[in-house]
Amino acid sequence: MRFTINQKTYEADVDVRTSLLDLCREHLGLTGSKKGCDHGQCGACTMLVNGRRINSCLSLAVMHQDDEIVTIEGLGTVEDLHPMQAAFVSHDGYQCGYCTPGQICSAVGMLDEVKKGWPSHVTGDLNEVSLNDAEISERMSGNICRCAAYPNIVDAIREVAGQLGDQAIKPAPRTANEQPAQEKVSA
Amino acid sequence: MKTFDYRRADTIEAATHANGRFIAGGTNLLDLMKLQVETPERLVDISRLDLDTIEERDDGGLTIGALVPNSDLAADPRVVAKYEVLSRALLAGASGQLRNKASTGGNLLQRTRCYYFYDTATRCNKREPGSGCDAIGGFNRILAVLGTSDHCIATHPSDMAVAMRALDAVIVTQKPDGDKRRISIHDFYRLPGDTPQIETVLESGELITHVELPAPPTGKQVYRKVRDRASYAFALVSVAGVVEVKDGVIASAALAFGGLGPMPWRNPAVEAAIVGKAPSTQAFEAAADALLADARGYGSNDFKIPLARRTLIATLRDLTA
Amino acid sequence: MSILGKLFGSDDAETNALVMDEPRPHSFLDHGAQDVIGKPINRVEGPLKVTGRAPYAAEYPAERLAYGVLVRATFGSGKITKIDDSAARALPGVIDVVADYDTFIRSPGQGGATEAPPQGVQEVHYFGEPVAVVVGETFEAARDGAAAVRLEYDEADASYAFAAHKDQGKEPKEDQIPGHSKQGDFAGAFDKAAVKIDVTYTTPSQNSTAMEPHASIAEWRDDTLILHGAYQMVASDQQQLAKALGVSADKVRIIARFVGGGFGSKLGIAPESVAAAVAAKKLGRPVKIVLARQQVYEATVRRSNTEQRIRLGTDANGKIDALSHNSLVTNTPYEQYWEPVAIGTHFLYGGENREMNHDLIALNLNAAGSMRAPGEAVGMMGLECAMDELAEQLGIDPIELRRRNEPAQEPEKGIPFSSRNLIPALEKGAQLFGWSQRKKAGTDRRGEWLHGMGVSSAVRTNMLMKSAAKVTLTTDGRAIIDTDMTDIGTGSYTILAQIAAETLGLPVEKVVVHLGDGKAPPSSGSGGSWGAGSAGSSVYLACEKIREKLAKSMGVAVEEMTLKDGRAIADNRVVPITELIDENLGVIGQIEPGKQEKKFHQAGYGAHFCAVKVNVVTGEVRVERMLGVFAAGRILNEKTARSQCLGGMTFGIGAAMTEEMIHDDRNGKVVNRDMAEYHVPSHADVPHLEVHFLEERDIHVNPIHAKGIGELGISGAGAAVANAIFNATGVRVRDFPITCDKIIEQLPFDA
Repeated sequence: MRFTINQKTYEADVDVRTSLLDLCREHLGLTGSKKGCDHGQCGACTMLVNGRRINSCLSLAVMHQDDEIVTIEGLGTVEDLHPMQAAFVSHDGYQCGYCTPGQICSAVGMLDEVKKGWPSHVTGDLNEVSLNDAEISERMSGNICRCAAYPNIVDAIREVAGQLGDQAIKPAPRTANEQPAQEKVSA
Repeated sequence: MKTFDYRRADTIEAATHANGRFIAGGTNLLDLMKLQVETPERLVDISRLDLDTIEERDDGGLTIGALVPNSDLAADPRVVAKYEVLSRALLAGASGQLRNKASTGGNLLQRTRCYYFYDTATRCNKREPGSGCDAIGGFNRILAVLGTSDHCIATHPSDMAVAMRALDAVIVTQKPDGDKRRISIHDFYRLPGDTPQIETVLESGELITHVELPAPPTGKQVYRKVRDRASYAFALVSVAGVVEVKDGVIASAALAFGGLGPMPWRNPAVEAAIVGKAPSTQAFEAAADALLADARGYGSNDFKIPLARRTLIATLRDLTA
Repeated sequence: MSILGKLFGSDDAETNALVMDEPRPHSFLDHGAQDVIGKPINRVEGPLKVTGRAPYAAEYPAERLAYGVLVRATFGSGKITKIDDSAARALPGVIDVVADYDTFIRSPGQGGATEAPPQGVQEVHYFGEPVAVVVGETFEAARDGAAAVRLEYDEADASYAFAAHKDQGKEPKEDQIPGHSKQGDFAGAFDKAAVKIDVTYTTPSQNSTAMEPHASIAEWRDDTLILHGAYQMVASDQQQLAKALGVSADKVRIIARFVGGGFGSKLGIAPESVAAAVAAKKLGRPVKIVLARQQVYEATVRRSNTEQRIRLGTDANGKIDALSHNSLVTNTPYEQYWEPVAIGTHFLYGGENREMNHDLIALNLNAAGSMRAPGEAVGMMGLECAMDELAEQLGIDPIELRRRNEPAQEPEKGIPFSSRNLIPALEKGAQLFGWSQRKKAGTDRRGEWLHGMGVSSAVRTNMLMKSAAKVTLTTDGRAIIDTDMTDIGTGSYTILAQIAAETLGLPVEKVVVHLGDGKAPPSSGSGGSWGAGSAGSSVYLACEKIREKLAKSMGVAVEEMTLKDGRAIADNRVVPITELIDENLGVIGQIEPGKQEKKFHQAGYGAHFCAVKVNVVTGEVRVERMLGVFAAGRILNEKTARSQCLGGMTFGIGAAMTEEMIHDDRNGKVVNRDMAEYHVPSHADVPHLEVHFLEERDIHVNPIHAKGIGELGISGAGAAVANAIFNATGVRVRDFPITCDKIIEQLPFDA
């Protein structure tokens, strides 16, 4: 099987049962993505696949042969940190560090979702997407941190969202099919 | 996880003929396969089928491809604008990562989160027909109070399907012989009875290709979910409601419930109790009475009965405010 | 030549050892010119963690690595008659099924124990006991193999249900505190008290749920076992493992450079370590075993459930005269460990007549052991809620009640407190939080939500453990720290670097910290919040000696020398320290507890404030604000210390609101054995938490004057949440966690 991970091509002959997470951790030496629960209940394994954050533990490697996969190793290096990685360091957005790669990949994917104008469970008016602390917390709730760096993670993400400017927190233009907001059926 | 034969299907026809278990997002199926709760011999990967778009029909309704991820469906401007209850239900479910992967069709087919179903060391009629049910007489806090049987008290875990039930969704399928069916969501799920392993009316090889939403309903839409954590937890009770009040009278109502039964629950008697009446505590109480008339607790889930009553009444207040 | 030097082979480094018999008022940390101690510097290992380059136990490559998956007992008690592994062996990729009834451990080792954990797994004592391991060429093969193993067994009668065995508690053996303890005449005083509280609180079994599941890679090199493990206390874990395997301790080397959280669950060795070592030996190749999350819940230590009866008898003004905190706790029949529920109650409040009894009930459940702040974490939930009930009954402010019961000295031993800032913490917190805005219980309703505030004291006994570290000042101007101390998220890497940097006058970047290698000088390990004080002191002592040597080399008195940025300044001279040494200068520092802990009662103190809202329809609780004020001696790094407190407070939120391990009363099986159903707080459950520290130095605890903080943050946190829920609703729930089902029917729902 052939995979594209962090813009690099890998060949691996793995058991069909191998999860995308185990492919990276056990076969490709990419151990940055973590296994916390192996059942999509903790988020430590979060990767970006075709730009979207997903739980790599709940995905078969064999199903991702045509995908662009980005793991924590692809975001930045010790010498050249991604802004989100740097913000996690400066805000102490971690303690033991085990959930951290997943939190960071998730945060990067999450900001992109905000940029696309995707609402969340705590969005008041679903057409008015903006980022605040409650939005960050809700949108990051698929990433458990038992050390509970949550407040610091929120600080880190808020800072990066701010650096990215309004673009990051404003919804993208709606599609042609969009109905005007006043036709919305619920307050 | 038992090993399996993996095939990727390039067409719907190939998928239905592949004689295997369909996998799209895989977020529930792989979860269960790791525990050998599910042991398919063949997986048919349908994730690349051309079923990932949402089309607006002439009647104003939407046809949703079965592979549309939950997050895309929740954020679709047409869904947001006209089917807010569906957006809200989707956004109340799972996590951002899971919604990115989970498909519309797969979400309808989620299996129960019953603790005993999830552990092959226990007895479960749904997992292993005839073995018994350890949830009855065990710890059953998250399990059902409606539609149960002596064989199974599992709940259906989906939020999305609850909203779809309130929206009268139609599930479009294709069978191996090429026949297409349009199945009302009201006819799609089966009560457990003495065959809790059979959860829907889908036949072998039958693939969900689309979900149709009828033209948008009129009235206010609300999805209210009660859970143990503020996020990332299954519903203890949820209510999807679409209610229109005209001239001080409830003109129409659609109410569906999660966390209470083996399927997204809807009972016409609940709506009949309020339609044609002015919104009032008395009417709402009558709706709750209708919903819970046959409710039965199993010990640790007894609280769901008062919780459902209160949540329904408060949601109706909100819907008619 | 020190004993340590002998222990560690050829190392003949000089030792600076200190037994903490006398107070140590002087510390170079107060006089350092480098100005890094206490500063909120970033974690030194941070870039490795955020880039995924920090290797955890299961992430080390090994040649011909095989994968093991443990097989569990699928019954609650009895004896295995046969392990039918034929189906497993027939699976492609399965190498072997290794079952060693005698050597495998039944339960994890207890923290700090130096004996082997209970061994012998043919007899099954709880549902989920690991009894064999299937080894495969791949993880997938091994996992499938483990599911294919069939056990034949004779089931035995056993005790599973707590409720059915509450009359079978036995007084446990004295541990940190006595099992039973009495002072004065409690019964008589309680009888005569003007105001009385007699309440029973229960807390469920809990699980640490560290994000990294327990993991071991075992590799034998000749007759020596190298085990990359996820452990908190390397030195004692090496001994546990060696004894379990029947080899001498010097033949076992555990390496735990990065540990993905512990919270007590990784204090002792867990079943995968022995199984991996046995399998690796048998197969002649390295074996990796990572517990599945479900196995973490089933087969690693839980925090015991508790039932706590608290009786408080006071005079009309609320001054306590009679105080009793009696508890029932549980453990597996062969285990001795018991949750010391009243550990904080012994000294938190005054009162002449006291009774604190613990009775241990043997149940066939997975082993109970230490989880973050054993004793205080649950005991303070009971005590501090009872205090809230007392204040309510007396009609006085809960902070005032605590003021009236502040003891002048330790109330049972009659010794002074080394430092105690409980009331200042409560007062500062009250002011910062806006405590005066608190309303009468059940009266602050806004729409569907009832709002309330709660307060609790925080207290955690301070402990010092024997700990050693070697610091080497190199000729190129770096300091290298070697110790088997671990960093489980606690900040050890960073604070040890700061201590060395401050004491030796080096930029932090010039300090290299090597942790978690069992070949290095043995430390306290991480547990009991003693890591910073103990391991930190050992590093400090080594540096202190290096300072002396530098001063001597410079020909000045050590007090006259200032060290900064790699230069020594004294006598109107500035000399690079590299010029003061001819070769690498290594010194072993070692701290040991002494008479100070007998002469002075040592603890950290604090206060928690919490604001919640409770939905009147559904009983759902949301924490809106939470603030903690802590006094724990010197704060070594304000950033990592704050994070420790955030973590503790969040554990408190979980304990108060969501966390509960449920055992099936019919067979003891853990019902909710995954992270979807064992609810630790998610992002959305935790608001922005505020943490403040009180300036404090404690000269009686250790030479760096720092007390433990990782567990202080959890102590009382859950009680503050619960008290806020009461203040919001007027409903007192005494059965934790306070989930909606326990409260809804008592909430005003004006239907």
